[in-house]
Amino acid sequence: MDLHTIRELRRPISAGSIDEWRGGYAWLAGGTWLFSEPQPALDTLIDLGGLGWPALEVSADGLTIGATCRVVDLHRFAGPAEWHALPLFRACCDAFLASFKIWNAATVGGNLCMSLPAGPMISLTAALEGFCTLWPRHGAPREVPVADFVAGNHANVLGAGELLRSIHLPASALRKRAAFRHASLTKLGRSAALLIGTRDAEGGLLLTITAATDRPVQLRFNAMPGVAEMRGAVECIAEARWFGDEHGSAAYKRHLALHFAEEIRAELEVASP
Amino acid sequence: MNHDPAITSCSIDGRAVFAAPKLGQCLRTFLREQGALGIKKGCDAGDCGACTVWLDGEPVHSCLVPAFRATGGEVTTIEGLGQPGALHEMQRRFLDAQGFQCGFCTAGMIMTAAALDEAQRADLPHALKGNLCRCTGYRAVADAIGGSVEAQEDVAGQACGASLRNPFGEAIVTGHARYTMDLSADEPTLEGLLHLKVLRAEHAHARIARIDRTRAEALPGVVAIFTWEDVPRRLYSTATHEDHLVDPDDSYILDNVVRFRGQRVAAVVAESEAIAEAACRLLVVEYEILPAVFDPEAAMRPDAPVLHDKGPATLGSRGNIYAEIHGEVGSVADGFAAADAVHERTYSTSRVQHVHLETHGSIAWRDEAGRVHVRTSSQAPFIVQQKLCHLFALPARAVHVFTERVGGGFGGKQEMITEDLCVLATLATGRPVKWEYTRQEQFTAATTRHQMTTRVKLGATRDGTLTAIEVRVVSNTGAYGGHAGETLAASLGGPLTAYRCANKKADGYAVYTNLVPGGGFRGYGSSQTTFAIECAIDELAIKLGVHKFTIRRKNMIRPGDWIESVWSDPSDVDFGSYGLDQCMDNVESALASGRGAAKPAGEAWLEGTGIALAMLECGPPTEHRSGAEMRLVSDGRYHLAVGSTEMGNGSVTSHRQIAAELLDCAAGQIDIINADTDRAPYDTGTFASTGTVVAGQAVALTAAALRENLLGYASHHTGAERAVCRLESDAVLCGDRRVRLAELYAAGSAEGHRFEAKRKAYLSPRTVAFNVHGVRLAVHRVTAEVRILHSVHGADIGRLINPMQCRGQIDGAIGMGIGWALTENMIHDDGGAVVNPSLRNYRIPAFADVPPSEVYFADTHDRIGPLGAKSQGECAINPVAPAIANAIADATGVRFAHLPLTPDRIFADLGPAR
Ligand SMILES: Cc1cc2nc3c(=O)[nH]c(=O)nc-3n(C[C@H](O)[C@H](O)[C@H](O)COP(=O)(O)OP(=O)(O)OC[C@H]3O[C@@H](n4cnc5c(N)ncnc54)[C@H](O)[C@@H]3O)c2cc1C
Ligand code: FES
Ligand code: FES
Repeated sequence: MDLHTIRELRRPISAGSIDEWRGGYAWLAGGTWLFSEPQPALDTLIDLGGLGWPALEVSADGLTIGATCRVVDLHRFAGPAEWHALPLFRACCDAFLASFKIWNAATVGGNLCMSLPAGPMISLTAALEGFCTLWPRHGAPREVPVADFVAGNHANVLGAGELLRSIHLPASALRKRAAFRHASLTKLGRSAALLIGTRDAEGGLLLTITAATDRPVQLRFNAMPGVAEMRGAVECIAEARWFGDEHGSAAYKRHLALHFAEEIRAELEVASP
Repeated sequence: MNHDPAITSCSIDGRAVFAAPKLGQCLRTFLREQGALGIKKGCDAGDCGACTVWLDGEPVHSCLVPAFRATGGEVTTIEGLGQPGALHEMQRRFLDAQGFQCGFCTAGMIMTAAALDEAQRADLPHALKGNLCRCTGYRAVADAIGGSVEAQEDVAGQACGASLRNPFGEAIVTGHARYTMDLSADEPTLEGLLHLKVLRAEHAHARIARIDRTRAEALPGVVAIFTWEDVPRRLYSTATHEDHLVDPDDSYILDNVVRFRGQRVAAVVAESEAIAEAACRLLVVEYEILPAVFDPEAAMRPDAPVLHDKGPATLGSRGNIYAEIHGEVGSVADGFAAADAVHERTYSTSRVQHVHLETHGSIAWRDEAGRVHVRTSSQAPFIVQQKLCHLFALPARAVHVFTERVGGGFGGKQEMITEDLCVLATLATGRPVKWEYTRQEQFTAATTRHQMTTRVKLGATRDGTLTAIEVRVVSNTGAYGGHAGETLAASLGGPLTAYRCANKKADGYAVYTNLVPGGGFRGYGSSQTTFAIECAIDELAIKLGVHKFTIRRKNMIRPGDWIESVWSDPSDVDFGSYGLDQCMDNVESALASGRGAAKPAGEAWLEGTGIALAMLECGPPTEHRSGAEMRLVSDGRYHLAVGSTEMGNGSVTSHRQIAAELLDCAAGQIDIINADTDRAPYDTGTFASTGTVVAGQAVALTAAALRENLLGYASHHTGAERAVCRLESDAVLCGDRRVRLAELYAAGSAEGHRFEAKRKAYLSPRTVAFNVHGVRLAVHRVTAEVRILHSVHGADIGRLINPMQCRGQIDGAIGMGIGWALTENMIHDDGGAVVNPSLRNYRIPAFADVPPSEVYFADTHDRIGPLGAKSQGECAINPVAPAIANAIADATGVRFAHLPLTPDRIFADLGPAR
């Protein structure tokens, strides 16, 4: 929709040229959220499109996703064969309520910065042990694990004007075998629960719970847990984390998480990498 | 083609455009400003896909794209994809399969479908996630994309009963059809156009103490501000009915008391939407907050805050109870005493929104002579005209109301909620004024289906024979009472009439609360009680160990029965035909066939089957009338004018077919105009299932009269006996002489003969229609996911004037029924605010949510409805939700009595596998 209060549009070619920051400013990535709601508090959009950040960079260490990488690029990405977790990329893109047409504009960074419980790019990058590189307006870049980047429903650790520059997924995580579970109140709708489990060669399990909780909750097991251990771990998650909204009540989401956690455990327990 | 790219802003459909978008403008409005009016707005938020265009070949939602991003780019809209006469393949497919009804979603649907690769076409549930259609139930969309051809050719003498294309189909699939807001900026009548925006209440119940407008008035570009002090202090109802007394006059254009969050507080007109919005933000309102009540039971208590205190006007209604209806035939006390089993339970239905894809909106202006013209999206332009005359004390001839194509209605546009402010502002400023609802306003400030809570008590003897039916309905009408009495009456009518039982009793209450008002909605009260009774019938059957088909067959109404709910006074409802038995048989055998999807593997999936039936009285019990005019024109074609509105229900197609049958011509020989108070005769409005049985009847009577006129003159002209004269396509056969109609016209006019006819139709007696729905579904006992495996529908709607359209209406109603049952719910917070006023968070069914249905039509020919037809657009929704609820109960052994049946509302009761 038209954002009637915008008085200025800045299109920098380097982020450094935006040195001062004030209320009313917003970074513009794909714009798919910014333009989907009235934004009466904003007066200036600062376009990230001209910064020329590479979308996807593969290296021996893993994959670096530029914050402005579009969802569609991630959906099309085909990486090295030993990255067993790659099917998660498509599964997570599909977990968007948004259609493929919105993937043509929406960015991975925008999804992380929205920090919604049902942000599937958060699920993906948290489960794959991603690190965010943040560029504060002043001072040196800093690194934060994705799971800690999101602080709650629509809240994150970004300071005023701070940029999410990129997300790095380590090759060690990409090589893991993964299991994915997802549910929504409607068919192909907004996530009520999105759980991902990854298993490393040593038999350890990392379970990432999103959508059901206000921010990613990760449960780490050094060895494959049993049924009771898994259940106990999920049951121990603080009551306040379970997130109820019109896409599912908190009680339901907790119930789904318990169910999917066990399904993931069982799936990863059997087959070998 | 040699433009300097540096000064070319972008190319739109191959045409270079030199214009700078505003900062913060989205591509959708920029393109429309440049004249690309084929692009539609369903949500302006990325959810519906109606605004889909291609940017450099990639499909995008243009409402989300910052317009500056198109600079130097190439935009393709529906109008650039193909043109009338040179259609793109996908446009042709949507035309051939009629993959649309109102057509408002169609531009976006086609722009998306035409961009799909093969893999995406094979997976439409995913590919069409971002395209919502409220009319079709998606079956016709899938058919279109798959390339099936449903439409038949238009042959003279065989028009009626054929699946003819919509006469505006080509315009719809090419984006040329014009809806209410599709006026180009340089339209001469719109010179000096002003934009209207409304400041809405932030409290559920409050008195406005003061409105400070100084800062708003000072904003450059603000032309006028209106508050309750600036409007005629005249009460009215926003609901539109022929009989203005059936709705309470409980509203002012602007009031000093607000009774729901979202009610109008002030209206601003300004040179741009942006300025009007900014001015709304600058208005400072001081409220005196009043206690609010949201629950109708609480609102009925003597100590509840009273919403409306209008002195003698409320005579007969108590406190917040706007309407009360009671009735009993026989004695339910005796009936229950004679019963072997009794079932009693409370069922409830949810508050839902129509979500017609085109939001409300209108444009008003005055011509040189001072007449007011209102272009609006309405189901009842003639009543709107009357109401405007009442509010502004104008004579009828001073006001002209008309519609262009209307993008869906479903009862939501049986309401005057934008026209009054536009006219107020145009009268005050002398300038044209436009106001378009946002999608958010549709949820917070339009109307909804009445939420109803129904206590049902049924008694039966051991063999399943009903001995008593008793219901108590409490309807939550929200802050205003439009449609409250009529929907309450409907809730106690058809659903109780559908069963023969000597003892029936009903008590109904329509109650004011501080919520967004209820209104007319497809199914109109009947849907709500049908849900309760059809669930209860199943429960009773289970108790008695009688099969669900058996208990219904034993008790359902049959020809010869007295058609009666709980009032014993004479009624004008009659069996013009009867096909309920066929519907039951068709649904039973379809369900038994084993077609549909298999139960998903795994013991977590429980499978169940459910059915429900519904009866519809074809047309409202109150007055309803329609007129039609028809004439032969000099080139031998016909011109038909009907007052009724077309909003995707297909009436412009079926009305031409009805006339064509009586004039033995092709439908294509008839030009039609409709829904225009200047150019068509009076019509009460297209609602209450009257498009066929009243407006269609008027067309039939008019066409028959014109035929007599033509044949009479032809006989005189040729000297042939009247008995040997008959019409055939574009000529009259008089014995062995063939006179072309154009020739006849020339001869007649020379002699001063006029080839025209005008007739009116009223609605009495009324016939009955029936619908039966059946589903087989699976429920996951852990996730509570519901998967519909097989959906079948039996409809008794008389003769099919246009089978493809009839099928489309039923598919669409089933889709809407699925939404009501499984996905939709307006949620309010403790302060009465709607929590989910967007299509992102209020989920109407998307493609993936609606399985295809098998639809069976009963073979009936009605003796009351025109040419054997009956009502069809409304009734199919009624049995859908209870059939689904019954199937879930059958699968799980647990009765879920409250809509919607979303997984998070039902999971806790599912328990372990049975
Ligand atoms: C129909 C539809 C469905 C949707 N479904 C979902 C869904 O299922 N789940 C979900 O989570 N979201 C959903 N969204 C919301 C949103 O579109 C997505 O989260 C999307 O990924 C946002 O990306 P963007 O690039 O368009 O962000 P923008 O709209 O450009 O920006 C979003 C916010 O992030 C900030 N921002 C963007 N990039 C950066 C950066 N690099 N550094 C700092 N701040 C930044 C912006 O200032 C803004 O506040 C949906 C949106 C639509 C329209
Ligand atoms: S108007 Fe753009 S998606 Fe609905
Ligand atoms: S035809 Fe799709 S919304 Fe009306």
